[in-house]
Amino acid sequence: MGNESKLINGWLMLHIALCLIFIFAPIAGSFVFSLNSDRFPSLPLGEFSLDWYRAIWNDPLVWSGFANTVIVGLIVAVIATILGFGGAYTDYRYNFFGKSFYLALALLPPTIPVVIMGLAMLAFLSRIQLSGSTISVVIAHGVMCSPFAMAIIRLRLSQMDPDLEAAAWNLGGNEWATLRHVIIPFTRPAIFAALFITMAVSFDEFAVAWFVSGLNETLPVKILGFLQGQVSPRINAIGSLAFLSSMTLIVLAQLLLRNPNEGSK
Amino acid sequence: MKRPSLFSLVLAMPLLLWQLAFFLFPLLFLIAISFWTVKMFQMQPDMSFANWQRILTRGVFWDAYLRTMILATSAAVLTSAIAFPASYAISFKLSERAKRWMIFVLIIPFFTSYLVRVYSWQVFLTDAGIINAALSYVGLGPYPMLNNTFGTLVGMVTLCLPLVILLQTFSLNFVNRDLIEAAHNLRCGRLRTVASVIVPSAKVGLVIAALFAFILSFGDFVSPLYLGGGNPPTLSIMITDITKSGQQWPRAAVVAIMMIATLMTVAFAAITYAYKERGK
Repeated sequence: MGNESKLINGWLMLHIALCLIFIFAPIAGSFVFSLNSDRFPSLPLGEFSLDWYRAIWNDPLVWSGFANTVIVGLIVAVIATILGFGGAYTDYRYNFFGKSFYLALALLPPTIPVVIMGLAMLAFLSRIQLSGSTISVVIAHGVMCSPFAMAIIRLRLSQMDPDLEAAAWNLGGNEWATLRHVIIPFTRPAIFAALFITMAVSFDEFAVAWFVSGLNETLPVKILGFLQGQVSPRINAIGSLAFLSSMTLIVLAQLLLRNPNEGSK
Repeated sequence: MKRPSLFSLVLAMPLLLWQLAFFLFPLLFLIAISFWTVKMFQMQPDMSFANWQRILTRGVFWDAYLRTMILATSAAVLTSAIAFPASYAISFKLSERAKRWMIFVLIIPFFTSYLVRVYSWQVFLTDAGIINAALSYVGLGPYPMLNNTFGTLVGMVTLCLPLVILLQTFSLNFVNRDLIEAAHNLRCGRLRTVASVIVPSAKVGLVIAALFAFILSFGDFVSPLYLGGGNPPTLSIMITDITKSGQQWPRAAVVAIMMIATLMTVAFAAITYAYKERGK
């Protein structure tokens, strides 16, 4: 491209680096502080220590929160992926009256502020006697996660050769057989990616869970509890572990989405 | 129109029914309960405007409203301004490979607990924290960076920056490279090219990115509470306070409806503006 200038490009690269430092400073900080012996980290840092990890390892509340998070995450991932798959295929295949309403309903939840979702869910679920249970968190997270699953699977469907389905019909497969033998195999990587991503979203969601969970708190809600109470580097230890598990899920999803031809055989 | 097949209904209906029952209906229910009354700590169906009157005639509410608007607007403008040079560089200066890496790196924060990041910022920003300690080595500070507007904005920018860079980068990727070449051939300088070719071409994406930053900051209660000190409260803090402190959900519902109405108005205005006289 035309007028390049080393100086300006250098400044731009520096700017990217500064943005990344700003974004990742708290994430990196949480790692460093979690391995630091001081309760109130300051410069110079204290000694390397695994005390905070030991503390959460021995905390039954953390374990029950962890168990709740995993159970909710697994169920939510399955529900959101099934709902998202249906929505994505509907958007890909059909045109119908009210489709924009359908899509808005399917995709809007992430744009509604979480406090409002939380309040609405709490008011509604307590009316039907469902608040304060694990089911209520599953319901709320299902609403919030299905748009992500739908977007991922829809993207994969848009890479599919439209003739594939027609060919399957010509070969005598009905819609169900085509779904089973053509569409699901083709979208399989995206389905797994959607499972992992929605699980990761559910793992980190705390605000709505905080409103509706009652006593069955998920781990992020526990963290919120810690935040309101005393300052404790245990949050950093939990956060670092949560980061590692979320990242594992994201990398798995990324690997699945990487090769678009895989699974289309 | 052809009758929908059983097959299409089986695929389309679950999502529709789920979102109607657990997304749209709870939001509509919120509107309904804003007219209910609370007696003996129990909500009762009613058609009373008392909650509306009580909230909307309060100075506290309007102070919070104004404060939330200012914070969210500042966060949106600040984030957009910080993000743009980065998005520009990612879109125009990086190789395809580096671009893909950058996008992956920017997705990571979405899956990192925002709470933990905010907690980590607390440790950075306190008077005895890392930043002030570093500054004191060179004889500066300490600067108050926590429990004030600065702290809140740090948190909000942390929340919004990755998303805004991603959205801006995507929209800049769609800018027609020939137009830029043409501008250069016409001896248009770099800044002028950015101002009169790139920004107008990518306007829709830039405005939508800012809109997302506004929406996220407007609804965020974590930064104002844990980095801003929570006082004076924002609308989101008000909702959590009212909800957690008792059965006054109808009043919280009024605040929530005001928030949604504001967001819808802002979103409508932003999108109208984005598409107005859209570049050639």
